[in-house]
Amino acid sequence: MSSYNLTHIKELEAESIYVIREVFAQFENPAILFSGGKDSIVLTHLARKAFHPAKVPFPLVHIDTGHNFPETMKFRDDLVEKLGARLIVGSVQNSIDNGMAAEEKGRNANRNAIQTVTLLDTIAENKFDACMGGARRDEEKARAKERFFSHRDEFGQWDPKNQRPELWNLFNAKHHHGEHFRVFPISNWTEMDIWQYILSEKIDIPSLYFAHEREVIRRSDTWLPVSDFIQIQDNEEIVTKKIRFRTLGDITITGGDESDADTLKKIVEEVASARQTERGNREDDKRSETSMEDRKKEGYF
Amino acid sequence: MELLRFTTAGSVDDGKSTLIGRLLYDSKSIFEDQLEQVKQSSERKGLEGTDLALLTDGLKDEREQGITIDVAYRYFATPKRKFIIADTPGHIQYTRNMVTGASTANLALILVDARHGVVEQTRRHSIIASLLQIPHLVVCINKMDLVDHSQEAYDTIVADYEDFASKLDVKDVRFVPISALNGDNVVNRSTTMDWYEGSTLMYTLEHIHIGSDHNHIDCRFPVQTVIRPKTDAFHDFRGYAGRIAGGVFKPGDDILVLPSGFTSKIKSIETLDGPIDEAFAPMSVTMTLEDDVDVGRGDMLVRANNQPKQIQDVDVMLCWLNSDGPKPRMKYTLKHTTSEVKTIIREIRYKLDVNTLHRNEADKEVGMNEICRVKLRTTKPLLADSYRKNRNTGSVILIDEGTNETVAAGMII
Repeated sequence: MSSYNLTHIKELEAESIYVIREVFAQFENPAILFSGGKDSIVLTHLARKAFHPAKVPFPLVHIDTGHNFPETMKFRDDLVEKLGARLIVGSVQNSIDNGMAAEEKGRNANRNAIQTVTLLDTIAENKFDACMGGARRDEEKARAKERFFSHRDEFGQWDPKNQRPELWNLFNAKHHHGEHFRVFPISNWTEMDIWQYILSEKIDIPSLYFAHEREVIRRSDTWLPVSDFIQIQDNEEIVTKKIRFRTLGDITITGGDESDADTLKKIVEEVASARQTERGNREDDKRSETSMEDRKKEGYF
Repeated sequence: MELLRFTTAGSVDDGKSTLIGRLLYDSKSIFEDQLEQVKQSSERKGLEGTDLALLTDGLKDEREQGITIDVAYRYFATPKRKFIIADTPGHIQYTRNMVTGASTANLALILVDARHGVVEQTRRHSIIASLLQIPHLVVCINKMDLVDHSQEAYDTIVADYEDFASKLDVKDVRFVPISALNGDNVVNRSTTMDWYEGSTLMYTLEHIHIGSDHNHIDCRFPVQTVIRPKTDAFHDFRGYAGRIAGGVFKPGDDILVLPSGFTSKIKSIETLDGPIDEAFAPMSVTMTLEDDVDVGRGDMLVRANNQPKQIQDVDVMLCWLNSDGPKPRMKYTLKHTTSEVKTIIREIRYKLDVNTLHRNEADKEVGMNEICRVKLRTTKPLLADSYRKNRNTGSVILIDEGTNETVAAGMII
């Protein structure tokens, strides 16, 4: 008799595929929020699995801050072409130009927070009733409170204290006109699960995740990549280091770790022995203890 | 490596957060920057030590008020298994969170304070775990250090609990004497309780047999959606996508489509990685059939000789989750597997006291966090099994059509 057990990765995969298919079945106009990071890449891969041999039936939505790693943009365009998917870009620069959003000021100014304006505007403009994201509950304590199907009111806001209970695998997608849902099919995956899956499924990821030589400066206890978008202070020295990125956000806020992990196997080993959380290098999360919760309530990813 | 989902319930005083903190810490699942953040918050609050509860309380209000408002999910892994903890608040008005956390769990950790023994909260957690048919209960008798690690104290509590549990519908109950604070019998064996010959909590979590937690006997495949690529390569492809809710399906199997009654054979079971030889719960797959029969979302593929009931009058144990109680003659949307119908609550038969299991037939005012036995009438038949037989095909939720909120969770009897 064969044993009817799934590995933890296969069970997580089955759960995510189920959730993605529920999104397709229960919403009229759903989309995938695609950042070019490993989590949204895995999400997109799972969407392929869910509908094979048909194409992924969702457009990919990228909120473009203009502060991108060039490698991420190339990766995005290549993937969209490979999938034959539709790409929708929401431009933060446009939101600034038309006066909906204002650029931050100061030394650590970035466009992380004002992305929310562009995101909500893109959702409204395209009349999306569900946006799937690659957020995981193990990433951050406010995200640990998220539902798979997370309701957003007509202002795109999250009300964490008043969430719908979510039981078994019965998902309630009912909403009033103008409201929408954020759906997180990989809620139960950890950073380690993601890497093991990328390794076992041989999923392509941007080269930035592998150790490489790069010009960086030391700021806020991390190696921040040198780019046109950051102002380098007199006391900051540009050095070349072999680094890799554990997460990918804007080039202005994503710090790297010194690393020799230049293969997926080495990355899995490095993640297994990591003593810091992956978002520890993210300037956007360090602003206060509740910065993620505060941003999420406003409608952030 | 397998996945074990377990739920914990309890108040701060039980040492629940300490226990979770201990499991996470001893399995090296707490990162240094997380611990540093918790230390700083503890200092800001003027606490003496590091309060590991701050690790699980994710929302600002929770940390400020020192209470857990909502289910929080925690993750850790050992070389043997990956674990998902649904950590739910134990306070009385939060039954709905306990039910939510319990709905997907393989195992429940019930915490008992060795000084106080089996109390109302212990009974409540156990009754909810039994109602939700969590397959395994592990009763942790905590704070053994405060009763001099006494075997007698432990034996008394075990006997009390077994006496109470004989009224419950649970198959597998185990007991572990622990001290979460000192780490006795949590991950490492206690050196102060030589009289205890059983496993540590971690060993139990790593080795308890969960392979039979899914139903692998009664074939149930609720169809989520139909896949029709309409490309040149797959012009005539018509696949039925869904997640196996029970049983084992193989190509060549005779199947029956419900509710239509059409019969056919499974032609293939497809995945992106190629066709597979068999599919079982909880796999997500796409099936193709030999015949071009009409199948859509809400339909179910089963075996002719093993069918679910098709019922419009449904006996349900209902947990009410909303501040507005049930209203007679009000229509609710009912979700069951992949189908959706309308329903009214025909009759409230009794209210169940979750502290005593007492059935109150006189008081039928149902409020938030209360559990009641009801009779539902649905617009169309449900393809239902009893919850006891299959949690996937035996569970329903009720949605208020005005507010769209999920107002109740039900288990079919």
